[in-house]
Amino acid sequence: MKTIITVALVFTLLLTTSIIMGGNTHDEEQEHGYKNTYSRQLDVAPVSNITYAEECGSCHFAYQPGLLPEKSWIKIMTDLENHFDENAELDADLQKELTDYLVQNSADKSNYKRSKRIMRALGKSDAPLRITKTLYFVRKHDEIPYRIVKNNKDIGSFSNCTACHSNAEKGSYNEHDVKIPGYGRWED
Amino acid sequence: MKILLILILSISFSKNIQAGSLEALFDSYQQAGVITPKAEQGKLLWNKVFITEKSKGKERSCSSCHGSDVRKSGKHIRTGKLIEPMASSVNLKRFRDVKKTKKWFKRNCKWTIGRECSVQEQVDILKYLTTQ
Repeated sequence: MKTIITVALVFTLLLTTSIIMGGNTHDEEQEHGYKNTYSRQLDVAPVSNITYAEECGSCHFAYQPGLLPEKSWIKIMTDLENHFDENAELDADLQKELTDYLVQNSADKSNYKRSKRIMRALGKSDAPLRITKTLYFVRKHDEIPYRIVKNNKDIGSFSNCTACHSNAEKGSYNEHDVKIPGYGRWED
Repeated sequence: MKILLILILSISFSKNIQAGSLEALFDSYQQAGVITPKAEQGKLLWNKVFITEKSKGKERSCSSCHGSDVRKSGKHIRTGKLIEPMASSVNLKRFRDVKKTKKWFKRNCKWTIGRECSVQEQVDILKYLTTQ
């Protein structure tokens, strides 16, 4: 009798555990989406298009598409001749290929944590041209004095993600990875 | 017979311009007509200063970002980005992709001069960059 009770208890325990585990998996899917299969740490989907990484990354950090909504990317990509006071013109084929990639992976279509938060903080018709102008970005950086960035020759601008976010290229903007040149780690 | 074979081979090789070579790059410009590249003209244009509508009164030249010694690295005047040397003698890989060369000519001529560069201007600059 005792054995039967023990077996029954163990079985119940196992069942409960599997339900809880199953529940967790479900939550994770809800939060991170089906695209994120390899890391819970990632904030935005890493860049997956080599042409994008090469073309845009030859002048600046290849910002992940999940950092801005579709409307923003379209605005940016249709005026590459005046790209933040630079000329970044592409031929029509390349321009279309990169626009498609950006649009398909834009923040409004992403299930990654930060993409969702960027979208949540934006108004419905907002289409900022700069990631640094999104409300979410501003809020997350409002404790950092302007001079630490602007007067720092190793940073120069808030748009220089990789200067402080050591894992930005992998799509991780975790504050534990932040190291401000000349100031060290930064945690609030 | 042997001499004839060598002759035929050498002719066929000389016609066969290797893709990605400097010769191929210049050859791609010849399709627009026979042009004689002039390194001296290229050097003058490289250092010539322009003020365009978009530059908001500021002076721009090729050398403002690439430097006037093309064998050395340059630094973008606005973004501060390091730009690798332009001279083929120290950075031959710059000249391996004709499409890329033309893309950057289009962008940078518009940014610097305020218009696209003519074919003559482009080959002059290329001649300058490949003879330093």
